[in-house]
Amino acid sequence: MKNHSPDKAYQTDLPVMLPIAAQIERDALLLRHEGTWRLNLTRRHMFWMVGGFVVVCGTAEAATQTGLIGPIEAIFKWAEFLLWGPEGEVKGFALNLIISFFAMMIGTVAGAALGLMQVSLLLPVRQGSWFVTQFFRNSPWLVLLFTIMLLFPFEIDLGFVIIPIPDWVKAVIGFSLPVMANISEVVRGAVRSLPSGQWESAESLAFNRRQTMWMIILPQCFKRMIPPWINWYCILAMATPLCSIMGVEESVSFTKQALNAEGDRPELIPAFYSFLMIIFFIYTYPIARWSIQLEKKFAIKT
Amino acid sequence: MPDSSTEWTPDEPMVSIRDVHKSFGDLEVLKGVSMDIMKGECICIIGPSGSGKSTLIRCVNALNDIQGGSILVEGQEVNDPDLDKLELRKKVGMVFQQYNLFPHKTALENIMMAPINVLKQDEKEVEERARMLVKKVRLEGKENSYPGELSGGQQQRVAIARSLAMTPDVMLFDEVTAALDPETVKEVLVTIQDLAEEGMTCILVTHEMGFAREVANHIYFTDRGVIVEHGAPDTFFDDAKDPRTKEFLSQIL
Repeated sequence: MKNHSPDKAYQTDLPVMLPIAAQIERDALLLRHEGTWRLNLTRRHMFWMVGGFVVVCGTAEAATQTGLIGPIEAIFKWAEFLLWGPEGEVKGFALNLIISFFAMMIGTVAGAALGLMQVSLLLPVRQGSWFVTQFFRNSPWLVLLFTIMLLFPFEIDLGFVIIPIPDWVKAVIGFSLPVMANISEVVRGAVRSLPSGQWESAESLAFNRRQTMWMIILPQCFKRMIPPWINWYCILAMATPLCSIMGVEESVSFTKQALNAEGDRPELIPAFYSFLMIIFFIYTYPIARWSIQLEKKFAIKT
Repeated sequence: MPDSSTEWTPDEPMVSIRDVHKSFGDLEVLKGVSMDIMKGECICIIGPSGSGKSTLIRCVNALNDIQGGSILVEGQEVNDPDLDKLELRKKVGMVFQQYNLFPHKTALENIMMAPINVLKQDEKEVEERARMLVKKVRLEGKENSYPGELSGGQQQRVAIARSLAMTPDVMLFDEVTAALDPETVKEVLVTIQDLAEEGMTCILVTHEMGFAREVANHIYFTDRGVIVEHGAPDTFFDDAKDPRTKEFLSQIL
């Protein structure tokens, strides 16, 4: 029993206080599992970003020497390259999205498994998965990324066939590790946030543990997991430019290349990077808003 | 299932509790409790908070384990490390103070879930029985409501029907009216009374003295982990012997 009774946030011996104690306990647990940093993008961010973009473009325009193209014109010239990469290839911002999709997919599957292991009844399984979760959750993303990129070979020789491992695939693996650890915590938190009465009533109806988990606990947790899961996707999507340091040809790498091709004119730097920021914002803003909306909706319903 | 226990016959107690000791860490909450419940009996356990009443009935279906003594349910020893808890719980139904319905399932689904998935019974038959149970707890028309759409009293009656769907031999009620509004307490008590009158073996932990007096065959008064006094309802309420019982009764009656 002790294994799945959540830590008590409020204890009482008075029967009359029990319902409210249960409520306080539930709220505290919910708060804790949603305690991860939440991406709370608002329209005000958009306003400041576009405002900043206009200002830097204005100053760049003023600093542009005659005979050279202005910042807006330069961005137009390079926009397609930054967003999609050179013709016939999928790179640039599109590669950021591809990396984020795959890292999220792998991170979610591995994280769900790890999270379920964290609520296992077997102590070694619970401790092992807890350690793995905490290790990857508390490691700097960039360090994990470097380790994976340098650890993995650029190709695997199976004797009869050589499988190349492109850099972006290594980046996917590198990003999926911290995502896995955080999703693992989301799963554990959601399972723990259910009142222990659910376990007890399932037990007293002679459900075995597997049935209890799959028929009673997880279906209720699923809803609670969606908002933090979306939130982690947004955080991941915004973290993908980290891999530009390792030479993956995504949007930030290409921005550097584009600036380079424009002769590294200092006045263009803020214009290009703030353009990129707006692109990221346009992508993540609706997703972040959606997650907050879902969170509110589910909070009322449960 | 290998059964180490002797064959149980209906003239023996259905639930036999002998010198049960239970501790949570250093805190001993049951200090040698004994009682017998015959088939078809309805007994009420009353007593102040923290006296170990709820713990005692949670031990009967092995939700809590015990450190000493013996609990026999139909001759099967509960205090046995090799006990098949799931088999035991098929015989012993339990209803909780907080109802603990599954909020993602409708009332009818709540009732049908365990017989279908645990007892592997035919879905059609289970549904038929579930609808009868809904009728029995007077909730016709609420079959497709989710727990969140039902009042506390209605939820508690669904919880009772859910337990009954497993066709248990004994029902445990753990302060089932304690979380209810005064006006809905009665509807739940009436349901339990019906059950008792039909001959279901019931063990109740309750603060409803009027109900205990009217429905129970036997009352047990517990305090600080021991049974202080027990007896038939009339004798117990009108002619309590122990000063602790008298004090308790004077406070609540």
